[in-house]
Amino acid sequence: MNDVLEILTETATRLFEQKAGDDAARAARRGELPESVWDAVAEIGLPFALMPEEAGGFGLAEADALRLIRIGGGFGSPVPLGETMLANAMLAAAGLPPADRIATFAELEDAHVVREGDGWRVSGRASGVPWARHAGTITLLGGGHIIAARVGDLAVTPGEAGNGLARDDLEIDARLPADQVAPRPARFDADAVEAAGALMRALEMAGALQTVLALTVQYAGERIQFGKPIAKLQAIQQQLAVVADQCAAANAAAELAADAWDGDTSLLGVAVAKARVGEAAGIAASIAHQVHGAIGFTEEHRLHLFTKALWSWRDEFGSETVWQRRLGKAALAAPGDGFWPFITAPTVLEQAA
Amino acid sequence: MSADLSYPAAPFSEAAEQLRTEVRAFLAEELAGVPPLVRAKSWNGFDAAFSRKLGARGWIGMTWPTQYGGHARSNAERYVVVEETLASGAPVAAHWIADRQSGPLLLRYGTEAQKQRYLPGMAAGETYTCIGMSEPDVGSDLAAVRTRAEPVEGGFRINGTKLWTTNAHNAQFMLLFCRTSGTPADRHKGTSQILVDLSLPGIDIRPITDLAGERHFNEVVFDDAFVPADALIGAEGNGWEQVMSELAYERSGPERFLSSMALLVEMTRLLGTTPGDAAEAAVGRLVAHLMTLRRMSRGVAAMLENKQDAGLHATIVKDLGALFEQEIPDIARQLIAVAPNAPATREFGKLLAYTVASVPAFSLRGGTREILRGIIARGLGLR
Repeated sequence: MNDVLEILTETATRLFEQKAGDDAARAARRGELPESVWDAVAEIGLPFALMPEEAGGFGLAEADALRLIRIGGGFGSPVPLGETMLANAMLAAAGLPPADRIATFAELEDAHVVREGDGWRVSGRASGVPWARHAGTITLLGGGHIIAARVGDLAVTPGEAGNGLARDDLEIDARLPADQVAPRPARFDADAVEAAGALMRALEMAGALQTVLALTVQYAGERIQFGKPIAKLQAIQQQLAVVADQCAAANAAAELAADAWDGDTSLLGVAVAKARVGEAAGIAASIAHQVHGAIGFTEEHRLHLFTKALWSWRDEFGSETVWQRRLGKAALAAPGDGFWPFITAPTVLEQAA
Repeated sequence: MSADLSYPAAPFSEAAEQLRTEVRAFLAEELAGVPPLVRAKSWNGFDAAFSRKLGARGWIGMTWPTQYGGHARSNAERYVVVEETLASGAPVAAHWIADRQSGPLLLRYGTEAQKQRYLPGMAAGETYTCIGMSEPDVGSDLAAVRTRAEPVEGGFRINGTKLWTTNAHNAQFMLLFCRTSGTPADRHKGTSQILVDLSLPGIDIRPITDLAGERHFNEVVFDDAFVPADALIGAEGNGWEQVMSELAYERSGPERFLSSMALLVEMTRLLGTTPGDAAEAAVGRLVAHLMTLRRMSRGVAAMLENKQDAGLHATIVKDLGALFEQEIPDIARQLIAVAPNAPATREFGKLLAYTVASVPAFSLRGGTREILRGIIARGLGLR
């Protein structure tokens, strides 16, 4: 880990520890924005972490900057850090200025982007856009363009994910000034926008899994039955080892995707991550609830802040099955003798020395 | 709970990737025409001629110093040779244990004379070792070991029985884990490692056939077998620590997730390029697991290279790797209907049957699933 990343990781972790308690995660799950958490995140410049240094970034490699998203996931993602980081990266790739506050991104369906006077007429819609109601800038991609829409440019219909986080429907039919529209950057084609979302959720899930493991280990150490902590029972230990296994695999898969993100194999990396982390999420959440018993099934206990997030995130931007299919199709392009070379070919999945 | 469950990315090595091409070309020629059913036996395939060829190429003992017959290559290069030979189903059983474990153990704990005497032969693919750990009443509970090497004038006199010793019938030497003082009640204390020349008198090697009809493991009975004092590896009484130091190497390599590779490759061949959504998703899921496992395994290799403690990380690789290897036959038989009387799937059926009958061992050998999970639980601070 390099120095800048190490400092940022420590700073961000401390920030979330101090500001992003359960109250913040619960507010987010009511569709609200915990303002003080966002203000703190924005103050240290995390929303610009994926941008080049000259555009306000930290000069971090993209692979390193993406790892910051995992930290927020470990606190239940009370603010749209990943959404804003990636939306800003998309804007930067098109030469548009970054959002001054919260941003999110979406593929614009039924997109029409045509010249109108000295500006543009933009119409279309998008559904289930994360955090849109709180975003100052909504980065829309469609019709061969990237559009930095402002809140007032579109109609927002509130919706929610399975765990209550804001997932809103959008409709736009507006005339926008020329400086809000640019040609779509080649790097962010339709697949890449979905992949950006999948990568973000894979990283958040890896962070949340780490917290689920910590909570479950802690609970097993405190819960006394038969005169001793249940953590002393082999049946419980064996189950917690499985959670650790899944946590470790999720971490490795998410990092593999982060490392591959700025290269030719970015889609492949994301497919591995979303498929593998999503599977880990299901296994680990199930065991965590089993070990927590009835208390973990209550609204009062914090476990669900993470397990319900895992259950939602694994379905967003393509479920395991969706990404497994893509991965399988790619691998089967050369079945038999081509299979092992396919597994070993993407050496760009590795960090350059 | 502060267990760090992240794995470093193995640095990209241009030299290793160049070597991969070279190794593939060599294996393609060596293994031309070898049927999948034979390739499936890779890890249990004993072929001294093949091992000598690999040795002549400089692909055994690759990371060892040149003065002991090694080639001072990087761990990344060794990893390439290991995974390529396993993925192609090359017969590696002869040299495997010496390359992975016994050689590195000698490098770490052996005397200068021992290193000079044994390592060059191992690197040449001519000196083979086996590992004497389990006993009739000692499996997972290794500290209960009863085989005894009694210090006597000029050496040790060994009595006892080792069981499930893979390749004892083919190896010239056994790395024996035994008791040199005290009693089994002393647990870890009083255990040692001895390199036993298996041609010495008083050693009887009896075959045990496994349920697949294969002969790879043995019962080895020591009856007053005398070994000279210089057969002791490391310090007397330090056996437990020495054995534990081998485990990170033993539990994280590609052999821990590539055991069912021959079946997986043939499965994709039969599926073809467009088998439909369900089969594509099933293959994609296995690819996601395999790529993740490979990244973790290579990460452990990088940790070992940097002298980091990788015990917990390696244990997780083995636990997950065995699950992966074991589910491949189940998935294969869901995706491909094998009819014994259909010529198209007859050979595949044999390969499937062989793999089905092999997988129970994957979560037994080298530490059972339950022992591994106990180690992981300890890493989590639960025990």
